[in-house]
Amino acid sequence: MQVLFTLCGLIAVGFVLLITIYLVISGIPAIRKIGLFRFLFGKTWAAGQNQYGILPLILTSLYGTAGAIVIGVPIGFFTAVFLAKVAPRKVANVIRPAVSLLAGIPSVVYGLVGMCVLVPALRNWLHLPAGDSLLAAIIVLAVMILPSIISLSETALEAVPREYEEASLALGATKLETYFRVSAPAAKSGIAAAVVLGIGRAIGEAMAIMMVAGNVANMPALTRSVRFLTTGISIELNYSQDGSLQRQALFSIGLVLFFFIMLINAFLNLVLKREKED
Amino acid sequence: MRRKLYEMTGRILLYGCTAITAGLLLFLIGYILLRGAGGISWRFLSTAESVIHGTVGILPAIKNTVFVILVSLMAALPLGVGAAVYLTEYARNRRFVAAIEFASETLAGIPSIIYALVGVILFCTALKLQKTLLAGSLTLVIMILPTIIRSTQESLKTVPQSYREGALGLGSGKWHMIRTVVLPSSIDGIVTGCILAVGRVVGESAVLMYTAGMSMAMQSFSPNRLAGASGATLTVALYHYAKENADFSVAFSIAAILLILTVIINSAASFLGGKLKRS
Repeated sequence: MQVLFTLCGLIAVGFVLLITIYLVISGIPAIRKIGLFRFLFGKTWAAGQNQYGILPLILTSLYGTAGAIVIGVPIGFFTAVFLAKVAPRKVANVIRPAVSLLAGIPSVVYGLVGMCVLVPALRNWLHLPAGDSLLAAIIVLAVMILPSIISLSETALEAVPREYEEASLALGATKLETYFRVSAPAAKSGIAAAVVLGIGRAIGEAMAIMMVAGNVANMPALTRSVRFLTTGISIELNYSQDGSLQRQALFSIGLVLFFFIMLINAFLNLVLKREKED
Repeated sequence: MRRKLYEMTGRILLYGCTAITAGLLLFLIGYILLRGAGGISWRFLSTAESVIHGTVGILPAIKNTVFVILVSLMAALPLGVGAAVYLTEYARNRRFVAAIEFASETLAGIPSIIYALVGVILFCTALKLQKTLLAGSLTLVIMILPTIIRSTQESLKTVPQSYREGALGLGSGKWHMIRTVVLPSSIDGIVTGCILAVGRVVGESAVLMYTAGMSMAMQSFSPNRLAGASGATLTVALYHYAKENADFSVAFSIAAILLILTVIINSAASFLGGKLKRS
């Protein structure tokens, strides 16, 4: 029996190796044909004209993720403080399951609401020819990372020893001062982990933003139609021919995305390890 | 004075941000139900789309979703529970445990579009499954494995050591002890893991869109045609109606169904999770 269970345990490791090897094997050929520098820093992606530069995609993913973090983290953090410290138990017991519902809603549903509400609203408010834009994608992403930011930060804030807060209150600090200047710094590595996790989710999301970002491989600007690394793959995956350079280039984008994700994972592990040591 | 200002800004931020979160949620639920609930009828749920009658039905998508859930769970459950049993009951080498846990966390962090790529090269092309529900389900197995491993592991850890010692002391072998004492007392956690996994499968769209196809026609699930069945699950059907047909009322009806499913899945998971915590 032990052998069987060991095999089951090894299978997760096997899958990770399999994914890594497959992505590298299928991602390298296109990069070699196009040239690493021209692939990563080329400013035009046009499969029809044999131009495969993914700089716009990389920058869009970075800007989009940064934007989602800038909007989502403060809202999530303050909501978490409210839930963990201020809210009466009854209120918290209503909001908490609501937040996990927010986490469970499928991404296409976010995309649909974004498409039908957000995109037309942006078009009208900002007088754009079309509302499909980086800004719409950022807002959708911010909403989507909100639940993980809230629940992870809340857990971290609740783990802060009560003595810290009591000491601060006894020294004459008000409750709010205690939450922001004692509890939050004490929970900082947990909150950092929440932010890193949010970054990972935002950079990896494909379907929701495919429905609101317009999907033209422009250099990123808030009101322009843009294409992310993820949507760069998803838009052309069904239309590219098996074995063509276009299909191979999509796998190369996958490899670049995978590299970013592994970087974020390594960073997350580092943060979590530090939290354990604290 | 400065302190009062601090107090006031802090309060506004706390209440304001919570209000934004809560408002957002209320808006999402309200809007989806308002636009979608009207379109849900018995015919919508129990028939396929018919061009002749001009009616829309999502029965094929429901069947496909159930099929994908069953197949992916059937493969992932034994693998995941087995891995968790190994990690908590058998493993001696700490490095080895760390490697497996790291792998499982890595799998959990990989975005679904990467799984879609892997599914396309591995299952659809290399294993020649083409774009089928089977290929999609197998890709999802890799994706839900970490969920099942983690929640089984958590619940195995809560089984008191004395149970194990009692069983072993009465002369039971290790596998017998695991089968009759450890696994039955952690059944809550295993079921919770399955529910969470079902949630991930129901919500998944990117993987299935590229590995399982987008057809809205009724598939045959008879045993000899099973391997060839290919089609859209609920999420993919939603995408299909919203983006390619621009038929938003159908898309919102599917969204409302997905929302209700999410509520059911979440409450089941939290009910079982709460039971686990108490015990």
